[in-house]
Amino acid sequence: MSGETNFKKQYKLVRCRINGVEREVMVDARASLTDMLRNDYSLTSVKKGCEVGECGACNVIIDGECFNSCIYLAVWADGKDIRTLEGLMGPNGELSDIQQAFIDEAAVQCGFCTPGVIMSAVEILENAEKTGREYTREELRKLLSGHLCRCTGYENILNAVEKTMKKRLRES
Amino acid sequence: MYDIKALYEAQSVSHAVELLLEHPHAQIIAGGSDVLVQMREGKLAGAELVSIYGLDELRGVTLEGDGTLRIGSLTSFSQITRDPLIQKYINVLGEAVDMVGGPQIRNIGTIGGNTCNGVTSADSASTLFAWDAVIELTGPGGVRKIPIGDFYIRAGKVDLRPAEIQTSILIRKESYEGYVGHYIKYAMRNAMDIATLGCSVNVKLSEDKSTFADVRIAYGVAGPVPMRAIHAEEAGRGLPVSGQSIEQIGNTVLEDVTPRNSWRASKAFREHISKVLCKRSLAEAVTRAENLGKGAS
Repeated sequence: MSGETNFKKQYKLVRCRINGVEREVMVDARASLTDMLRNDYSLTSVKKGCEVGECGACNVIIDGECFNSCIYLAVWADGKDIRTLEGLMGPNGELSDIQQAFIDEAAVQCGFCTPGVIMSAVEILENAEKTGREYTREELRKLLSGHLCRCTGYENILNAVEKTMKKRLRES
Repeated sequence: MYDIKALYEAQSVSHAVELLLEHPHAQIIAGGSDVLVQMREGKLAGAELVSIYGLDELRGVTLEGDGTLRIGSLTSFSQITRDPLIQKYINVLGEAVDMVGGPQIRNIGTIGGNTCNGVTSADSASTLFAWDAVIELTGPGGVRKIPIGDFYIRAGKVDLRPAEIQTSILIRKESYEGYVGHYIKYAMRNAMDIATLGCSVNVKLSEDKSTFADVRIAYGVAGPVPMRAIHAEEAGRGLPVSGQSIEQIGNTVLEDVTPRNSWRASKAFREHISKVLCKRSLAEAVTRAENLGKGAS
């Protein structure tokens, strides 16, 4: 497009663990992690929303922390442990507790933001379990503030996360 | 896909310097939350990138032999907030960077990137100014250290020489020992917003906690680059600790700040909140200083 003549295609072998499975693929150096997860691994829960790190629809967990995969270069994924919404599925296709809570609390409308929000919720829930700490509503609001949802008004999302957190803390 | 002409991944600091010498037009990319967004916007389209994201040697906070806190330039905002050394010695920095963007941005954004982009609104910058931070740069000529005030040249321009990278931010013991701070970010939203104005202060009280032994006041968005309110600081030193003194110091900041009109806020509004945020931050810092040693946190 730019008319550059000296552009050379550049690839890198990226080995990483995705949803518990060791994977490797040659990726274009220009690819975002969203590109890699969607195009090379068909993980289409990873949505392309704003693509500038504002909406959180492409959120995935890398080494235990949430990242917007749209502004994360695919080549940086080498050696990392990546989790997407698909990894929450049970062996027979069962939903996880947090997914079920989203359904029960009507925290989903169009669903576009949902996979990203749920991955943030997974990080929150795991931290709560690890530390035994019950987050306040206000803290949950802040922990979920990296997501835009234009349908639900967020209340039901908060309800679903709060309910699941309390349930897990009770059971652990 | 990003419009990247070529990507070079540095394996070490010296390798990064070599790559930058080999590719003088290349842009350094750390976490990428500025660079990739600018690439998407077209500003950096077609650029060559030298990625330093993989340099784990530049991550983490350590305490050096002489008591200097060393913050590796690639340390993410969330790592800073969680770090026990930061919490113990300069907790206000952890609080300030916990107001950047949203949770995912705080996991990718680095303190080095936040300062090297030269932006006045950077949530870390005003607090680093307040703590008299020293910037460590590594380049072909070796390592040099400069005060953060000299690092900022003008809006969007910092003193990074060709093929140099920022490797650490240092806070010396004499800069933090005995000081307690507070930061207020004024923005329209609590998340994913840029400061309309930010004010970071720290104070050192006299032994009997009756007078201000020292006062440091720093701002973001009160001028083209982050700044210290030197006249207000001077006015505050030696004053008795009282609401009246805080009023007086706060009113003096107008001798220092030079905010502008922008779509976010008017100059007049920014001047007004410069005073208000200074007074509120000072009041909170004093409360914290008074509670020091009482076992309260």
